[in-house]
Amino acid sequence: MVSPETLGKSPSDRSGDHDWEAAVSKSMTQSPNAAARDMSPKSAPPPLKLYEARKAVHNKRIDGPFRRFKWAVMAITLLIYYVTPWLRWDRGPFAPDQAVLIDLANRRFYMFSIEIWPHEFYFVAGMLIMAGIGLFLVTSAVGRAWCGYACPQTVWTDLFQHVDRLFDGDRNARMRLDKAPWGAAKIARRTSKWTVYLLIAMVTGGAWILYFADAPTLFVDFFTGQADFVAYATVAILTGTTFWLGGFMREQVCFYMCPWPRIQGAMLDENSLIVTYKDWRGEERGSLKKAQKNPEKYGDCVDCNQCVAVCPTGIDIREGQQIGCITCGLCIDACDKVMADVGRPRGLIDYATLNQCEAESAGAPAEPAWKALLRPRTFIYFGVWGAIGAALLFALGTRTHTDLTVSPDRNPPYMLMKDGSVRNAYTLRLRNMEARPRDMEIALAGLPAGAVLWTDAIGRGDAAETQTINVPADETKVVRAYVVIPEGESADDFTFELTSLDEQREFDAEETTFSMPGDF
Amino acid sequence: MSDQRNNIDEATGTEFVGHEWDGIEELNTPLPRWWLWTFYATILWGIVYVVLYPAWPLVNSATEGVLKWSSRGDLQTELAKADEVRQEVFQQINAVELTDLPNNPDLMRQAVAGGAAAFKVNCVQCHGAGAAGFEQYGYPNLNDDDWIWGGDLNEIEYTLNHGIRWDGSDASRLSYMPAFAGIFDKTQVDALANHVLSLSGEGESSPTGAQLYEENCSVCHQSDGSGDRVQGAPALNDAIWLYGKDIKGIRTQIEAPRHGVMPGWRDRLDPVTIKMLAAYVHSRGGGEEADAQPAPVAPEEVAAVTEDGDDGQS
Repeated sequence: MVSPETLGKSPSDRSGDHDWEAAVSKSMTQSPNAAARDMSPKSAPPPLKLYEARKAVHNKRIDGPFRRFKWAVMAITLLIYYVTPWLRWDRGPFAPDQAVLIDLANRRFYMFSIEIWPHEFYFVAGMLIMAGIGLFLVTSAVGRAWCGYACPQTVWTDLFQHVDRLFDGDRNARMRLDKAPWGAAKIARRTSKWTVYLLIAMVTGGAWILYFADAPTLFVDFFTGQADFVAYATVAILTGTTFWLGGFMREQVCFYMCPWPRIQGAMLDENSLIVTYKDWRGEERGSLKKAQKNPEKYGDCVDCNQCVAVCPTGIDIREGQQIGCITCGLCIDACDKVMADVGRPRGLIDYATLNQCEAESAGAPAEPAWKALLRPRTFIYFGVWGAIGAALLFALGTRTHTDLTVSPDRNPPYMLMKDGSVRNAYTLRLRNMEARPRDMEIALAGLPAGAVLWTDAIGRGDAAETQTINVPADETKVVRAYVVIPEGESADDFTFELTSLDEQREFDAEETTFSMPGDF
Repeated sequence: MSDQRNNIDEATGTEFVGHEWDGIEELNTPLPRWWLWTFYATILWGIVYVVLYPAWPLVNSATEGVLKWSSRGDLQTELAKADEVRQEVFQQINAVELTDLPNNPDLMRQAVAGGAAAFKVNCVQCHGAGAAGFEQYGYPNLNDDDWIWGGDLNEIEYTLNHGIRWDGSDASRLSYMPAFAGIFDKTQVDALANHVLSLSGEGESSPTGAQLYEENCSVCHQSDGSGDRVQGAPALNDAIWLYGKDIKGIRTQIEAPRHGVMPGWRDRLDPVTIKMLAAYVHSRGGGEEADAQPAPVAPEEVAAVTEDGDDGQS
């Protein structure tokens, strides 16, 4: 029986000192209980080992619904990654025409029709929070589906494993080649395979930088040696990490480096959808021949080891849910195929919840996997996730593209003029988030009659109650403005009002204060 | 849970190392070997770092490292680079006639920014951080529209170059108001002070005061008190008072006038910095349009400009 204790099981026990063939052959004659493997008093305790070498995973090719789904997700995610920077989006002559662009130098983030300024970083924060809660949501709904299908580590590992298959053949051929002594043929194979690894890695690293600058320009600059050093350094680092993590570390990243399997391990419960071996149906394992001789004793598992052979992380799902299982479902494909061949019902290994397994082992009919979705936890996560998304959309839809900030001069706070009038100086920031230059009108409200306004560019001779200022496209224009009130008048709090002089007529106002002699 | 005979943990199938604390036993879960190699790699990294970079603290400093790198060295390089970039702007400002600067908004902005920086180093000691001056000491406010010697760019630059009552330049701005202590008695001083106040619409004038003013003061300060910039006689008919507006201050100024001194800066600052300072002071809100007449040019200034005209910095 799969019990919750096995959830936190370390992946290391899958390899350790024993190889899989030995472990499986033992379990053929013994109880499937993991502890029973070395129960025999005759077997001497193995010597203590502090380190173990990685056992290469040579997963066998398999076809089936989950494999095809994995192909589809891989194609879509790679397509998104490589194509996105090349998409164009017309924003007029004053803004870049790249659909998705993280313009760090100018502090703008473009995503299709959305343009995010640094002061709106909460949109990005909100999207990151949604991504986080989205992972919770996915975990509660479909378990570790992220790990199994969409995680870049999974996608690239999958890609590299296909490269292995292309160059060295399928599982058995690769295992043979691994064991074969180094000779000219092996060196040639390895070199050509690693060259392809490196090419994939370079394309991966190369695509990354295209998100941060105009893709066609950077592409040309990159190959003509005119790109920034940081572009080459980024590509070099990402090429190195992709080559190393995708080509060689692979499942070790999931087992030892990534925190996400552990976080998900903590989030899984008995109602989470996991890939499960139905031991109550499969045990006791035995070959078809044995089972035919002694049908009472043996279960459905014919111990063909196909589920282990196809696993991209090299685990044995029959040991129960474990941290090394990324729930990609390839073992389900493999097992279903074998079950069809031997004429037994599919689903010996299947997506199921622990509670369902327990009910099934007690005789209840198998439930469709989607029913695992219908539970409060999923709905609550979805509610929170959706609420944040709706709030962000609302904020995005109602934001204005015009803003005014005012900071009064503090030193000196006021200035007495020759004619006895009093002048205050202000720094105005006029923000124009439209990708075109706009005229904006600044007006004074709440000052005594005769109060006038001019700026460092407009000049005292043209002082008036309102001024029109042209703000360049996609910029915040900083204007030093002077406000003067006539002799004998006094003023306190008042308001600067900003109106965009276009069909949008966007408006913003900011209250500030007017300082007088004697205020201090 | 454990099977001590075989040294194997039942739940996980992993062997024990043999340590036990209150029933909690240590399992031998071996580390991945690449982890060990990573550890060795960090040691190697550390050794290389110690060789290349400053590392071991000694009594007075640390070991230098083969690369001779230091953060101060980095700073010097960055400062030198920034200077180089500024040099270009300096040359542009140098090439432009001062009165043409406002027609070139981008260069004007740079000049004002450069002037603001120079002001903070050289001028704030008297004129204050906000250039508002100090009334109690008679340091003039540079934000207002009242200028004793003229407020267009050229006049400001001239004042900056030659100072006021500064013995370092023969072309310094000079004006001395005579002291009337002992010449006028107390009633006369009072009458005169009241008349001066009345020029700007405050206080009561008197025939005595008006007559005294006309006879003694109007030559420089003009009959209506509008002052004379050529002589450096301040306007008395406006709201701004260098040494304070009260009757006592005016009386003191009549009896024993104070004469503020400002050093000329042409010996200490390069022409571009002075140009930028002029732009900054002019930009404080009281700057005036240049008159048709050019500002007075001292003979030796012409020589100075021809001598080090292309020298961006002293």
